[in-house]
Amino acid sequence: MNNIKANRLKDQIFKFWGIACTLLGLVLLAIFIGSILIDGLQRIDWDFITSLPSRKAERAGIYTALMGSVWVLVLTTIIALPLGIAAAIYLEEYARKGKLSSLLEVNISNLAGVPSIIYGLLGLEIFVRILEMGSSVLAGSFTLALLILPIVIVSTREAIKAVPQSVRDGSFALGASKWQTVARQLLPASFGGILTGVILALSRAVGETAPLIVIGALTYVPFAPESPMDEFSVLPIQIFNWISRPQEGFEVNAAAAIIILLLITFLMNGIAVFFRNKWQKKLG
Amino acid sequence: MTQQVNDNIVDKSIKRVHKLEAKGVKVFYDDFEAIKGIDMQIKANKVTAFIGPSGCGKSTFLRLFNRMNDYVDGFRMEGEILIDGENIYKKKVNVEQLRKQVGMVFQKPNPFPKSIYENVAYGLKIQGIKDKKYLKEKVEDSLKQVALWDEVKDDLNKSAMALSGGQQQRLCIARTLAVEPSIILMDEPTSALDPLSTAKIEELIYELKQKYTIVIVTHNMQQAGRISDYTAFFYLGELIEYDKSKKLFTNPEKQQTENYITGRFG
Repeated sequence: MNNIKANRLKDQIFKFWGIACTLLGLVLLAIFIGSILIDGLQRIDWDFITSLPSRKAERAGIYTALMGSVWVLVLTTIIALPLGIAAAIYLEEYARKGKLSSLLEVNISNLAGVPSIIYGLLGLEIFVRILEMGSSVLAGSFTLALLILPIVIVSTREAIKAVPQSVRDGSFALGASKWQTVARQLLPASFGGILTGVILALSRAVGETAPLIVIGALTYVPFAPESPMDEFSVLPIQIFNWISRPQEGFEVNAAAAIIILLLITFLMNGIAVFFRNKWQKKLG
Repeated sequence: MTQQVNDNIVDKSIKRVHKLEAKGVKVFYDDFEAIKGIDMQIKANKVTAFIGPSGCGKSTFLRLFNRMNDYVDGFRMEGEILIDGENIYKKKVNVEQLRKQVGMVFQKPNPFPKSIYENVAYGLKIQGIKDKKYLKEKVEDSLKQVALWDEVKDDLNKSAMALSGGQQQRLCIARTLAVEPSIILMDEPTSALDPLSTAKIEELIYELKQKYTIVIVTHNMQQAGRISDYTAFFYLGELIEYDKSKKLFTNPEKQQTENYITGRFG
């Protein structure tokens, strides 16, 4: 009898401990978002988004950094998507399962955990110096593409793996080749899952600062990039730059820019969730 | 009399009636010997049933005829499988081409996550056929053959996943028929279905044998007795007995066969 009581008490204690742990994270996040909103919300207007940077806080805007982020995002997608998906298809459908493939598998998972600044150093050496791209949008995009490639590969493999074996069997049994099965069955069926993984990877890329600073992205650019070879800045770097200034006005700017950056990532994550749900319905 | 029937099945001089032939076939998965040397001839335009307890190698043996084991890791085969006298395991054989000739229906209905129309048209589209009118006719014709047309003709663009299990399996058969094979392999096609759907599929198999050579793996001995002309009993990777179904089920030669069909093991 006593034993049962003691167990129930332990149960209750753990339950409240669990609730406290969960709340701690949520409350801290809420405080952070709340204070950012209080600081920055009144600063956000159309002018803030379309203005060039300025030495005067109240005239400064995020236009160049936002355009830089958009450029980097688009180019990173163009580079990382075909590479990542092709590699995933090869590993999942073509490679013989053996020692070599499991070695590759482990290494790709490890790559996903490499600190992003290491990718910055790699990008600096290969893209900026050896391939002479300079500190351009293109060099930044290649660097970020490398950074998110492991995530794209892993999530694409998961999505392809989730297509039932019976679909492959059915396709092969009708005389389809491997490529036809991949292109006409596996990719369409796993499209939602692949897209989800890619969007999540890109939303990570859009928040990256360190690797871009290493390859020499600017903290102050007076013009938005007009070609892949132009110099650039991105939103997180702009935020970093504003926060490190002594004048109070720039802190408000930083808060406002953080709101914009958060909006972008929330939006991307929201789209990812939407596609995942839609895709699950289709397969079920 | 019985002896004569047996002779007929293994008689090599009557080549034309033997659609499929296995010669000294052994199958290994790594070191495990799944099929231990089988010689067998299967007649054209008949239904031949493979029966036997789980793990006896009947499904593995069935999958040799359209080379579906090729992708299994560690698979290795010895001997020859002949279709119309041609060894399908020769190096030059185009496996995709072979599978258009030898269709397959699986244990669990496996429609593609696409529309009903796309499911049936798939086998033709991958051959590069783009003529919309021809595809439409072919889809309608195939669905009529499996008696599914009246049930789905207004819903051709709906997802095949929304059909019932029995409808899905008939759709999978229609999909197979659309590419005009001459042989259809069925791997326990009704084991996931209710009795009513099963009856419909059995009726269908009976009609299909006019045009196709059908080989069916089944766990259900009543089913084998009802629909097949010949029955082969497999046990532990060996072909124990192979005869006309009537004979095998009423008066088997081997003790093992009798034990199995009377339900003493399996």
